Amino acid sequence: MKTNWNNSHYIFLDSPLLSGLLLLSGVGLIVLYSAGGQDWDLIIRQVVRIAIGFTLMIVLAQIRIQHLKQWIPWVYLVGVLLLFAVLAIGEISKGSQRWLDLGVVRFQPSELMKLTVPLMVIWYLADKPLPPNYTRLSIALMLIVLPVLLIAKQPDLGTAILIAASGIFVLFLAGLQWQLIIKVVALTPVALWVLWQFMHDYQKTRVLTLFDPEKNASTSGYHIIQSKIAIGSGGLYGKGWLNGTQSHLEFLPERSTDFIFAVLSEEFGLLGVLLLLSIYMFILTRGTYIALQAQGTFSRLLAGSIILTFFVYIMVNMGMVSGILPVVGVPLPLISYGGTSIVTLMASFGLLMAVHIHRPLLSN
Amino acid sequence: MNKPLFIATENKITPLWGRRQWMLLLFIIMVTILFGRAIYLQIMHTEFLQNQGDARYLRTVAIPAHRGMILDRQGEPLAISTPVDSVWVNPKQFVLSQTGKLANLLELSVSSVKALISERQQKEFVYIKRHISPQLALKVKSLELAGVFLQREYHRYYPAANVTSHILGFTDIDDNGLEGLELAYESQLKGTFGEKQVIQDKYGHIITEVKSVQIPQDGQNIVLTIDKRVQYLVYKELSHAVQVYHAQSGSAVILDVQTGEILAMVNQPAYNPNNRENLDGEHYRNRAITDVFEPGSTLKPFTIMTALMSGQYTAHTLVDTTPGSLQLGQYTIHDSRNYGMIDLPTIIQKSSNVGASKIALSLPKQQLWQILTQVGFGQRVDSDLPGEVKGHLNHYKRWYHAEQATLSFGYGISVTLLQLAKAYATLGNRGIVPTIHIRMTEKAVTPNNPIVSEQVAQQVLSMLERVVQPGGTGAKAQVTGYRVAGKTGTVRKTANKGGYLENDYIALFAGLIPASKPRLAMVIMIDTPRGDSYYGGDVAAPIFAQVMAGALRLLNIPPDNL
Repeated sequence: MKTNWNNSHYIFLDSPLLSGLLLLSGVGLIVLYSAGGQDWDLIIRQVVRIAIGFTLMIVLAQIRIQHLKQWIPWVYLVGVLLLFAVLAIGEISKGSQRWLDLGVVRFQPSELMKLTVPLMVIWYLADKPLPPNYTRLSIALMLIVLPVLLIAKQPDLGTAILIAASGIFVLFLAGLQWQLIIKVVALTPVALWVLWQFMHDYQKTRVLTLFDPEKNASTSGYHIIQSKIAIGSGGLYGKGWLNGTQSHLEFLPERSTDFIFAVLSEEFGLLGVLLLLSIYMFILTRGTYIALQAQGTFSRLLAGSIILTFFVYIMVNMGMVSGILPVVGVPLPLISYGGTSIVTLMASFGLLMAVHIHRPLLSN
Repeated sequence: MNKPLFIATENKITPLWGRRQWMLLLFIIMVTILFGRAIYLQIMHTEFLQNQGDARYLRTVAIPAHRGMILDRQGEPLAISTPVDSVWVNPKQFVLSQTGKLANLLELSVSSVKALISERQQKEFVYIKRHISPQLALKVKSLELAGVFLQREYHRYYPAANVTSHILGFTDIDDNGLEGLELAYESQLKGTFGEKQVIQDKYGHIITEVKSVQIPQDGQNIVLTIDKRVQYLVYKELSHAVQVYHAQSGSAVILDVQTGEILAMVNQPAYNPNNRENLDGEHYRNRAITDVFEPGSTLKPFTIMTALMSGQYTAHTLVDTTPGSLQLGQYTIHDSRNYGMIDLPTIIQKSSNVGASKIALSLPKQQLWQILTQVGFGQRVDSDLPGEVKGHLNHYKRWYHAEQATLSFGYGISVTLLQLAKAYATLGNRGIVPTIHIRMTEKAVTPNNPIVSEQVAQQVLSMLERVVQPGGTGAKAQVTGYRVAGKTGTVRKTANKGGYLENDYIALFAGLIPASKPRLAMVIMIDTPRGDSYYGGDVAAPIFAQVMAGALRLLNIPPDNL
């Protein structure tokens, strides 16, 4: 195995994954420099976060997964308690209660749960035969639903959906019966109707906006129309770095965070999009390869769910920015400006590397 | 590493590999969809979306052009445009809760501004306040409110205010000339707005200018023949007289008899063009050209001129005016008293209506009509001032007998003050009709042919000098150091329903100075003076003397009577 050379070193890393992530971060910084209005302070803060993320990734990559296992229920428990704390005493920012002020840093417990929820489900399912029976499945669902509801109540629908998805991916990977999946899919309209009843008005508008952005052009549709214009006016080759008029003239909202994909599309055109998708596809392929190589149920489920979650981030963000999915606040992995999401992502890649590096070499 | 497609756990084959295969397939499908979407937007719809994008930041905005100045003959500004700013709001971008800040700064009521904006909620433009000072504009700018914009405009300012009001007229708030020369010279003054394409952000702030589509062309400056100093003098004396005599109105015009330049033109009542609140047409009217009156005795010199021209009369011909009245059908023409047998200079000096009538009746109708027409009665002066009327002079073929007589002393004809001034200027210019104008011309005006011989003009002028000498009706028009030729007039006002009013008069004086070689013609009209004196010689003539005492010095015209 080529990657085995790592074993002869003190630090264990998966170099293809590392290269992909570094390349992605580099591209991200270039785009962010333009999207953030050429603000060096912004870039420096982002570089610091990326550095923290990579450090965390490297640290986690050294850990044997087996050693990690015992901590999972405790982290999960703390996470859920923190979510309750957020609802009770959290800070309100932009109309929702997502932050906990720990004095030194402001902290978003929902971000922690992005990784902890799938880990918890895996922890619960992995040491018993798969596919799980209905009792175990129900308990696993409870483990997912509790934090998801708490987060949805903040309200942070985007994160709630992502966490729900990452938990359900584990169930899917754990071999959920197809008949069951089909039943669930069939029940989806009902579930959606129930969900609709619980949604806030602004969330409903966002979904409606997707189907007819022009109708709400001055308010919620504005984001989608502007980002479509920005993407479309990029054309094949783009307008060139720092030359994206739509993004620089304040027309594009959230341009350095959730809508950064539109800036990239406008300035680098279809070729830029192709490059970005290629890097993502490379990381996804490498991740899938690691999942395929993984030994042991826990590792396999972990690798699979991490890579699926990463994929969903990409899909949801790009889908929303290009107007095929509703607007939910999901950052573009490693490109968007923002602290916690980078750290969480890099942590999950650290675990993915750990899965690969420390797999027992059972080559019979 | 490709063997364990199925992993045995507790002897059961778990389908994990299968699930992960599904996963990879999902990746490929979804990434393809995303890429397809990118192609859809960036290749298939790129043109449409690019246009949409351009529409969001490319704007064509107007560059205001500076309206030309109006200057007097010395280059003194009479009308100037100063840059000001107007505040406007795009209701679609404006946040209504910010109304208070804006309204307070502009000293407007919050509710009125709110109403203004909500009325145009569907529009993208509404003026909040026009023409604010640059200092205030800076403060508005520093509020940095979304959807609040400033527009550069020009505010017209008239330094001489009331003094030049009727000549210049005024502009509306959009800088369009509405009255007076502002209206007449609109096309030259206005200039052409330029256009430029700019890139704006979504708040409407201009980021950069892409290109000038059209460079603005500032309006031309217009130099007038008016002398501001003389204009001031006339304004001062005229308004004083109108006040003292409680007159309805008054007008005065000074012409340069040789060049035909209008040096001053004043009316009372006047108005302040810088603040036109609560004014009506009564104030706006440039009476010197829009109002007509019967010239009365001031027309007699032209009757005498015709008589001398005809060859039937000399300055010494005697005319019998006994018994001081003349019966013509149902009309009786009166003199103040019976003057007996008098010569032509005496007819002028005593202002004998009977004498003038007898002369007129002895002359061919056509000759009198021709002289009156040639000096400009019944025709527009065409000095560029808008709103001028031409007065009324019947064609001689339609004259009835008495009309021929009454015309000789200025009844049955209506004239404007400017026409009368022009006629006297012709007299002062040795029979050559000057081309009356108010705008300075570079090119020399080719002089018209004289309508009477220089000798005749000189004779009439000499007769007019006697009017202003002691014992004459115009003695109060005397100016120390100068010889003055002039004629007074006291005209009964016509009633609206026909006939003449018993106690309402128009006091007139027309003068030429210096009489040895006239340079200036000035005519003064005071409409309906109240009180004991209402004669032209008492009310109008002193104004001539007072104005000329200053004007001649200002214009460097040397005395001819030392």
